[in-house]
Amino acid sequence: MAILEAKQLRKSFGQLVAVNEVSLALDAGKLVGLLGPNGAGKTTTVSMIAGLVTPDRGEVLVDGRRLTGDTDPGKRRIGLVPQDVALYEELTARENLRFFGALYNLSGAVLESATAAALALVGLTERARDAVQTFSGGMKRRLNLAAGILHDPDVLLLDEPTVGVDPQSRNAIFDNLELLKQRGKALLYTTHYMEEAERLADRIVVIDHGNVVADDTLDGLQMRLGPAGGGRVNLETVFLTLTGRSLRD
Amino acid sequence: MLTPVIAMVRKDLLLFFSDRRSVIVSFVVPIAIASFFGSIFSGASRNGERARVAVMVVDRDESAISRGIASGAQADTNLAVTLTNADVARDSVRRGKTSVGVIIPKGFGEASGAALFSNGEKPELEMLYDPSRAMELAMVRGILTQHVMESVTREMFGGAQGRAYLEKAIPQIEASGMSQEQKQLLLQVLRSVGRFYDQPARSQASGRVGGLTVPYTVREEPVTAGADVAYNGYAHSFAGMGIQFLLFAMANLGVEMLLERQRGLWKRLRSAPVSRLTLLLGKGISGAIISLLVFGVSFGFAMAVFGVRIEGGLAGFVGIAIACSLMASAFGLLVAALGNTPATARGVTSLGVLVMVMLGGAWVPAFVFPAWLQQLTLVVPVRWAVDGFDAMTWRGIGSQGAVVPIVVLIGFAALFAGVAAVRFRWEEA
Repeated sequence: MAILEAKQLRKSFGQLVAVNEVSLALDAGKLVGLLGPNGAGKTTTVSMIAGLVTPDRGEVLVDGRRLTGDTDPGKRRIGLVPQDVALYEELTARENLRFFGALYNLSGAVLESATAAALALVGLTERARDAVQTFSGGMKRRLNLAAGILHDPDVLLLDEPTVGVDPQSRNAIFDNLELLKQRGKALLYTTHYMEEAERLADRIVVIDHGNVVADDTLDGLQMRLGPAGGGRVNLETVFLTLTGRSLRD
Repeated sequence: MLTPVIAMVRKDLLLFFSDRRSVIVSFVVPIAIASFFGSIFSGASRNGERARVAVMVVDRDESAISRGIASGAQADTNLAVTLTNADVARDSVRRGKTSVGVIIPKGFGEASGAALFSNGEKPELEMLYDPSRAMELAMVRGILTQHVMESVTREMFGGAQGRAYLEKAIPQIEASGMSQEQKQLLLQVLRSVGRFYDQPARSQASGRVGGLTVPYTVREEPVTAGADVAYNGYAHSFAGMGIQFLLFAMANLGVEMLLERQRGLWKRLRSAPVSRLTLLLGKGISGAIISLLVFGVSFGFAMAVFGVRIEGGLAGFVGIAIACSLMASAFGLLVAALGNTPATARGVTSLGVLVMVMLGGAWVPAFVFPAWLQQLTLVVPVRWAVDGFDAMTWRGIGSQGAVVPIVVLIGFAALFAGVAAVRFRWEEA
């Protein structure tokens, strides 16, 4: 059974239906890539799963139990890595992690150990006492990831976690995600970078205009949308075939 | 719930103290401005001497009466009088160095003496004044009335000018067309004055005749916490400026919340299993602690340097400080709830805070406002806070006098927090 299931999520803002009947499932040790053009509904979907936005319809289940309300204990099993670098620049890396850990009721030795482990995972142990404002963009992104996994969630939601980082930091983040998969975490990963999804995703969900237009493995998508005589196409071609070539602003 | 709340408070305090600008604006600036306002509104210098009104007197008459007026004014403790010429007086008033210039015209003594006993034309004192200090003109006019009356009556009832006037006036009255009865009465008065001049013991007894003076003296008693407790204007100014800057600090806290939203931090906060109440409570408590620190440091400085004392109830003072801190903190939440963007919130709240502190009597005491405005300002929380602090410091009212301000301030805090909770944008799309 999937650790997390989103069932028929729908959200509209006024007349605009941002997400329409989106369903997806996250399994332990697997990464689902959520792809879509700008404004397709990726972030709104992630926000509903994380409990930031209340869906108009549909539900989110963790281990078959519906998430309800802000303080639902099931939220402890979900970690969020937002699209923005959501850190306090004036505080040190350790102070940031201590704060975010305390929001999950971690304290004392448990918090210290979780902080140390998260910093070690993203390679920032040496910079633990430095203010975040002194970090490079890549380091901030890695710390952003550390803040999301601090409370050892079973499900990690990553909303474009590599925007604006150099190849070295991006690779380091990929390594971190591979490690998390090995540890049995279920990951949902939104991105515009097709090569990231090709490298990381076990399954790919393509969303456009709020609707799921494809949900398959990379191989499955490539086979399904490949040339008539057989053969494979790359993911970008698949993506453009599914979502069209018109500009999205 | 406790661990997240403590973490939020700790984080906000760390952020506050890591921002040097915030610390300076919240602690140093109010002390500097309150010290300045306190020195202005203390009413008296530290040795108890009142500030005198700068007056220049131009004596073009040089009669006994005009000299008497000038010397009387010079001896007055409310005035700082300089004798000079008209050009200097006018220039000094124009430059704002002198509040009022008094020109005693030629013939003033003779004409004013004559006007005392008859309906003759009254001479004119010319008063040049700084229009920005019209209140001081009214004060000088009142003080001069006393010195003019004293000098004129002294001269007319005992001086050479009075004797000469009698010698001239008696034949004129006898020849006048008034009724016999009126003539007799008036002549009787003037001849009595003449006989009074001839009394040899008169001048020996007192040296000189005193003129008509105000028939009473005044004993002034500033009503403060006690007979031996002087009014300390710094108590009011530190209360007012403390409140002003903590409102600014809390408005800034609200703006910081909007910035946190812009930077995606609220997504992280809201994704954690913490209630909305916990999030608001954490922010509210950290705001209240910072507010209390602002008060503590401000009043601590005022006590150490300017001798401000809590002459009333200590419990009442602490209660008002806590209630005011809660109100200010809730105001910060309101800013975060109603503000669309940090930039617009900053602009609107700066204006709002300034209006609140101005109407609340934080800059100048509310009693200088018109009556209708004094009533209107009762809906401004700052007014209750300032009045409450005044009551607990220099007015020396007991803690029971703090109950109403505390209740009102907590009411405002509840109102602000309630509106904030309802209007806060919780959804993080």
